[in-house]
Amino acid sequence: MASDAAVAHKQDYVNFFNTKKGIMSWVWTIDHKRIGIMYMCAITFFFLLAVCLGLLIRGELMVPNAMTDGKPFLDVFSPLFGGVTGGDLYNRVLTLHGIIMIFLFIIPSIPAIFGNFFLPIMIGADDVAFPKLNLLSWYCYVLGAIVAIISVAVGGIDTGWTFYAPYSANTSANLYLPLTAAFILGWSSILTGINFVVTIHRLRVKEMGWFEMPLFCWALYATSWIQVVATPVVGITLILLMMERFMGIGIFDPAKGGDPVLFQHMFWIYSHPAVYIMILPAMGVVSEIIPVFSRKTIFGYKFIAFSSIAIALIGSLVWAHHMFTAGMAYEARVLFSLLTFFVAVPSAIKVFNWIFTMFRGSIKMDPPMVFAVIFIILFSIGGFSGLVNGALATDVHIHDTSFVVGHFHYVMFGGTGVIFFGAMLYWFPKMFGRMYNKTIINISAIMFFVGFNTLYGGMKLMGLNGMPRRYADYVVEYAQIQKISTHGSWLMVAGIFLMFGTLFYSVFKGKKAPDNPWGGATLEWTVQTPPPLLNFDEQPENIRGAYDYPEVVAEGEPKETVGV
Amino acid sequence: MTDLSAHSDLEHGGHEIHYDPEGCKIGFWLFLFTEVFLFGMLFIAFGVYLTGYKADFQASSAMLDVKMGGINTLVLLTSSLTMALAIRAVQVDKKGQSLFLMLVTIGFAVVFCVIKYFEWTHKFHTGIHLGSAETFGVPSVLTDMPRGQQLYFGLYYVMTGFHAFHVLVGSILIMVAMYYVANGKVNKDRITLIENAGLFWHLVDLVWIYLFPLFYLIK
Repeated sequence: MASDAAVAHKQDYVNFFNTKKGIMSWVWTIDHKRIGIMYMCAITFFFLLAVCLGLLIRGELMVPNAMTDGKPFLDVFSPLFGGVTGGDLYNRVLTLHGIIMIFLFIIPSIPAIFGNFFLPIMIGADDVAFPKLNLLSWYCYVLGAIVAIISVAVGGIDTGWTFYAPYSANTSANLYLPLTAAFILGWSSILTGINFVVTIHRLRVKEMGWFEMPLFCWALYATSWIQVVATPVVGITLILLMMERFMGIGIFDPAKGGDPVLFQHMFWIYSHPAVYIMILPAMGVVSEIIPVFSRKTIFGYKFIAFSSIAIALIGSLVWAHHMFTAGMAYEARVLFSLLTFFVAVPSAIKVFNWIFTMFRGSIKMDPPMVFAVIFIILFSIGGFSGLVNGALATDVHIHDTSFVVGHFHYVMFGGTGVIFFGAMLYWFPKMFGRMYNKTIINISAIMFFVGFNTLYGGMKLMGLNGMPRRYADYVVEYAQIQKISTHGSWLMVAGIFLMFGTLFYSVFKGKKAPDNPWGGATLEWTVQTPPPLLNFDEQPENIRGAYDYPEVVAEGEPKETVGV
Repeated sequence: MTDLSAHSDLEHGGHEIHYDPEGCKIGFWLFLFTEVFLFGMLFIAFGVYLTGYKADFQASSAMLDVKMGGINTLVLLTSSLTMALAIRAVQVDKKGQSLFLMLVTIGFAVVFCVIKYFEWTHKFHTGIHLGSAETFGVPSVLTDMPRGQQLYFGLYYVMTGFHAFHVLVGSILIMVAMYYVANGKVNKDRITLIENAGLFWHLVDLVWIYLFPLFYLIK
């Protein structure tokens, strides 16, 4: 269905929104597209919630010595957190921000929304391999989210999202609920991972070989393997922590001969690969967006594909670089520092390939491309500061400073978060059949970019000068830069809300979008907009290469809205 | 991919009709990987502390009843055999034989749990437990033991308990398989479900094969 794709489509079809109506048709749906949409609603909600919590943290840090002067800003919100005040409240807000962002937003974001929605379509399948398992995975997510929210209602926790022992084994806060929540969310992640691996192995259309898959599928494949292999490790770690609290088995308790550092090892054996669960799908999306808006074939397809696998493999061997100051053997630290440098190589391969894809392309700065470019810039800044963290000597200096927080937000928010926006803008017309106002989105992108760098760039500078992370209070020397940083956060959040407001408006009031508004070559652009229930009217045949741009470009300029 | 109108009442035409035993098996193997990593971390933790507290671990190991553990090993190994035979019976279309063999497998699982129960309660009565005197009737002697022994028994209860939980889940899976064999939904042409239940049961067995020497036989 190559060039006649646009003509072949009947316009009188029923799209997946309309095949069935009513709330029950959503509750029991096993349609991967509807499940993707449900994830999108929940994940966007939690994202915006956690953004607000982040704003509260920035608000608290607006003025120096607020705690010592007895005028903490956060106390205004203490009724929401069961009357906790002062530093305790700050710790709870900070932990909640971290837990929501990590477990409810970044980890599931791109795979659960866009992977669910587009993976089957991109490989020419009519659903994932196990549709019912997919629904179960969604309900695990919902259940985990509910438990997490209840845990806040009963007072919240103050351990940070890392639950480090021995503090987590002894704190008076109720830890069972958030640990259970994380455990259930882990199930959701594992089930999605299993589903995607089997889907990619079994449901590709016959004529699509491994190296004819879109790169997003490669990224999801690597991600899914990490989810399957690494998540059980954190699962058992959280269970052990609960056992430790429940009956004192002693495994993380030095008084009984246990070792708290073992907790850190077990935690990071999962949680470091987990940062690749977060970033790899985003890299996959970038590999989709850039060729489309450069009107050019992707540069170095196999290198990008294999670098995803390489990141998954090497990324599993670097966990202890989070623990350089935790008291490990010198040799172990050197080894882990070295391995950490290795993992930078495949990431850099990807960045160079994207840049060479853009080189001499006819670049169109539409919103998805704007965010892809923002991703490359922010991810590179974050990546380079990652080398500072990975090098043993410099890490000792900046460990536990806000430099690390800045780094993490550059790679995770500037990486995955930005591409969460990018993917949403790229596939929005396909999902909802509507187009948004591109000018407003581009303005919000600029606000976001400027605000982002002010906020997290400020954090990095402070960190280099010794501002510790997770502190509610600080000396007057940091006042200026903290203030600038907080102002940056306002601009950034304004940009985010402007963007989501525009998108929300466009779901209902946007102009109708055609099947292929951007002129993409992958299979999802050959089906109707929004797609019909089984994705393809008939088995896709004679599919063209996912990045076969000479052919796409020859078909002429894509139309972005119907009737323009 | 097939005609949309034919499936408009089913949410999903494709997979209700399309049966992919290969896919189901790959999926289940992936799930088994997660189990291996789950227990793998426990074994690593055990290995770490075994190296650190070798003498304490040996002393504690001597306090366990090798006879009971040994019988349990035999029980589980035999149950794996009966489970494999049950699958074979379905393959050659002997429904009744398969149901009987699965029942025997569950019987072995019950025997295993009963023996485990006696082992644990015996330990509790001698004061080796992690709770309070009120819950167990006797005060814990564990806190007065050397650190390595405390760790050993902490790990012992967690790991064998976790394994026992898997025995329970495995038994439920076998019961589900029995249900479907009985009503004919699992037959010699659609065998994946009972095969997967069998795979899980073998994993449970396999974990015990490592647990037994690690806890009972460190000399």
